[in-house]
Amino acid sequence: MELLLQQLMAGLATGAIYAAMALAVVMIYQAIDHLNFAQGEMAMFSTFLAWQMIQWGQPYWVAFVAAVVLSFLGGVAIERVLFKPIHNAPILSQLVAFIALYGILNSSAGEIWDFTIKTFPTPFGSAPLFGQNLISTHQAGMIGVTLAMLGLLYLFFRGSRLGLAMRAAAANPDSARLVGIRVGWMLALGWGMSAAVGAVAGMLIAPVVFLEPNMMLGVLLYGFAGAVLGGLSSPGGAVAGGFAVGVIENLAGTFIPYVGRELKLTIALVLIVAVLMVRPSGVFGRAVVSRV
Amino acid sequence: MKRITRRSILAAAPSVLAFAALPARAAKQNGPGVTDTEIKIGNTGPYSGPASSYGTIPKAEAAYYRMINEKGGVNGRKINFISYDDAYSPPKTVEQARKLVEQDNVLLIASPLGTPTNSAIWHYMNQKKVPQLFVATGATKWDDPKHYPWTIGWQPNYQSEGRVYASYILERKPDGKIGVLYQNDDFGKDYLKGLKDGLGDKVKSIVVEAAYETTDPTVDSQVIGMKAAGCDVFVNTGIPKFAAQAIKKAAEIEWKPLHVISSVGNSVGASLKPAGLENAKDLITDFYLKDPTDAQWKDDPGYKDWVAFMDQYYPEGDKTDAGNVIGPCFAQTLVQVLKQCGDELTRENVMKQATNLKNFTVPMLLPGITINTSPTDFAPIKQMQMARFDGERWQLFGPLISGAVSG
Amino acid sequence: MTVPPQETALATREAPRAAVLARLSPRHLAIGGAIIIALLLPLLTTSFVTFQLTLVMIYGLAILGLNLLTGFNGQFSLGHSAFYGIGAYTAAILMDQADLAYYWTLPCSGMLCFAVGFLFGLPALRLQGLYLALATFALATAMPQILKFHPLEPLTGGVQGIAILKPDPPPGVPLSADQWLYYFTLAVLLVMFACAANLVKSRTGRAIMAIRDHPLAAAAMGINTALYKTLTFGVSALYTGVAGALGAIAVQFVAPDSFTFLLSVSLLVGLVIGGVASIPGSLVGGLFVLFVPNIAESVSRGLAGAVYGVILLLVIYVMPSGAAGLARLLAAKFSSIRTLHIEGKSV
Repeated sequence: MELLLQQLMAGLATGAIYAAMALAVVMIYQAIDHLNFAQGEMAMFSTFLAWQMIQWGQPYWVAFVAAVVLSFLGGVAIERVLFKPIHNAPILSQLVAFIALYGILNSSAGEIWDFTIKTFPTPFGSAPLFGQNLISTHQAGMIGVTLAMLGLLYLFFRGSRLGLAMRAAAANPDSARLVGIRVGWMLALGWGMSAAVGAVAGMLIAPVVFLEPNMMLGVLLYGFAGAVLGGLSSPGGAVAGGFAVGVIENLAGTFIPYVGRELKLTIALVLIVAVLMVRPSGVFGRAVVSRV
Repeated sequence: MKRITRRSILAAAPSVLAFAALPARAAKQNGPGVTDTEIKIGNTGPYSGPASSYGTIPKAEAAYYRMINEKGGVNGRKINFISYDDAYSPPKTVEQARKLVEQDNVLLIASPLGTPTNSAIWHYMNQKKVPQLFVATGATKWDDPKHYPWTIGWQPNYQSEGRVYASYILERKPDGKIGVLYQNDDFGKDYLKGLKDGLGDKVKSIVVEAAYETTDPTVDSQVIGMKAAGCDVFVNTGIPKFAAQAIKKAAEIEWKPLHVISSVGNSVGASLKPAGLENAKDLITDFYLKDPTDAQWKDDPGYKDWVAFMDQYYPEGDKTDAGNVIGPCFAQTLVQVLKQCGDELTRENVMKQATNLKNFTVPMLLPGITINTSPTDFAPIKQMQMARFDGERWQLFGPLISGAVSG
Repeated sequence: MTVPPQETALATREAPRAAVLARLSPRHLAIGGAIIIALLLPLLTTSFVTFQLTLVMIYGLAILGLNLLTGFNGQFSLGHSAFYGIGAYTAAILMDQADLAYYWTLPCSGMLCFAVGFLFGLPALRLQGLYLALATFALATAMPQILKFHPLEPLTGGVQGIAILKPDPPPGVPLSADQWLYYFTLAVLLVMFACAANLVKSRTGRAIMAIRDHPLAAAAMGINTALYKTLTFGVSALYTGVAGALGAIAVQFVAPDSFTFLLSVSLLVGLVIGGVASIPGSLVGGLFVLFVPNIAESVSRGLAGAVYGVILLLVIYVMPSGAAGLARLLAAKFSSIRTLHIEGKSV
């Protein structure tokens, strides 16, 4: 029983990593309607920028805020410069552009900062939470920040005019243009916000997994799985999905005899696909009803 | 003038034979890729892709050959080191190896990196009779002179290391419950096999065999599982990132097993510092190379030479990365082989000299460890030494252990 | 009004030649020319380049498989590395353990992959877009793990993989092993490309494309979308599986690390660069996937990934619809010039 509880908590802690990433994934999906393969690399690059600033002597919070702001601007710039010219290209071509961005960011980070792991500080400390050995204060902090970001984004999209404009631009660009929304800039804004969310996620994740150029690939894929499980149209669902993936994977690895050790990723993914069979738009997603 | 009679010829015979037996000085033979001024050497490594962290090893080798060339080369010939990216993908390695052998016409391929990648070109190299020297992997299978006479390894193989850990555990905690963390690929499984073989009848002591994939973000779950299963011995064979995570997590959940860490993950700078030096106290490991981040080598001449080399020829290289130590070691061993070939730089002679290294050392090997090969012994380095971490540096203890396991 | 006698005579003399020329479109000439060049290449170049060209054809065939599913049928797949791997391992296991001749491994791989693809296509019916992408991604990720799985090791060789020998040419044929494999692959390629072209032009092909373009309308018109979608999955897997088998024979080695998710990404890149829904484009994709990483590496080894990314972006900017899209554009421009030219000419 204690093992179950411990693995559950560990799963939630790892799941918090996936949830943070899943949130960034869904953010950009809502803005541009496809998955950004390079999301993880952008988060990694942002975290390295923060790390470099800390190395240059800046205090943690200065580096944190600066990294988030730079990432936002970077996301906007990437959209305006790299993706605007291929706006009307087929979706698959845009997908390849994401792959290209992945290669550029990953390779550059490796050249600039090397592949040895680096420690990244956490503002939450690493003591066991409440003295229990179930979860550390940092991991609790991570869960808290993810949920807080989720809340803020929810308020932004539901409660503000800008948020409404962004949703309109994503849902129906033509109609949005007709009512005067500058769709291009809404897209850029979506990219910027997603890059900023990614930066926060990266800076939360790095203290746990250690900072190195390849740290995000696994995280992105798990985050993607979580987002799909939860439903790509629902940020809350994505976060829940991220936590779920963490827990499922941990429990599968621990409790499924014989097979679980080596195949836990496979099992987790198979379970997710099974869930999708029952609810093809994700657990919390809305089924898209289109008029014929 | 002396008349040439049968007797005089017979009298002269011993000196003629002696002259012929002199090492290579008389015969000058240029194999493929060799001219009077250049030796072409091939190499493959993961400059891109998921294993790109190891890409620094061939870069360090290239830097070393640059230094050798600036100092005049080997026997008057400059080394042309041609290295290609295989992204750790076996089909790509096959393509690049064929390019090196058939298009670039190299004399040999030096230190290609990776086990599946080297496995992919194993048959080809031996079929084409091209030396595949000092492969950059610790897999046990390369020590097989009978079936693969053109392939030779370099570092102590993983199974030997696993056996060494097993003997240590049997000595210190014979009734311990063991948890093993290993990477779910050939390198990790080789360690596991060595450990199991070394434990013999006591193999049931392994209570938890926890695998991880390189795409896994953390190994926290595996560590928790081990503590929950009551393990009091932890064999941690992960690469630095995961080794460090495991050390950190064990400390976090206040689990203090007999913690054995492999030579892959024991660097002070690359693994222990990120994990927290205080958490790494009392860790046990084995070494065959000097850890450049360990202050005990501060005044060691081999270390100082290495630092000077890095500063001048590979300044962008990370001095906390063990890959930048092993790369120059490969290169130094190859240079020795080429030196021993003299002017007879054929593939056959290269192989002959590579299997004829006697008590050769390179500066960054632990004091006392030597490189020895023979036509029946394709394991250049067999020795290692145990060490315990005291919170600041690794304290070597015990004798040099020879863990010879052949493939 | 009667036509002057000289003009009638001219017309009847010109008619047969015009009829033949009319049937010989530039497209046919291009294909014929390409085949002739392909037949001559191994005799004019080194063994190594022949080997590389064989790999190009193999990747082209794999990309064609993906094309049939994603390009022509609109079902997104990130999992084709799994089918390639299944095909490769089937061939390797049959050659290594059952001593089967290399040419029989191709139909075996093909049929096994068809079955797997078809079975995978059944649950995939319920999934669209990114959800289908995740399911296929799960397949791609599962494959290396299953191949490394301990109990299966006696069959798959586990992490050590399986090495096989390259087939020799049949006795009496004066070709090297590399050349023989090239021609063998070329023959398989031509047959399978012709079948694909046939399929696409047929009623089935139109049904498949209708499902891609407007699934609801297709169903309303009476097309059995479920059947066609799963069959297409199966055929697509078959093509990529045969390519995998050829790949195993060419490289002479299979290991779990050869068939990761990154291979799926490469196939996708090749698909887009060659041109979605273009059969000849698949070969262009194969050329890109093999040679461009080498080019990127020669520019900068440390930043090879970044250079590759930059090249990808530039190619997408210049040809957003891939090479086939560019070819179509150029052909359209060319034919419009030709039309103007003919109209201006007096008969």
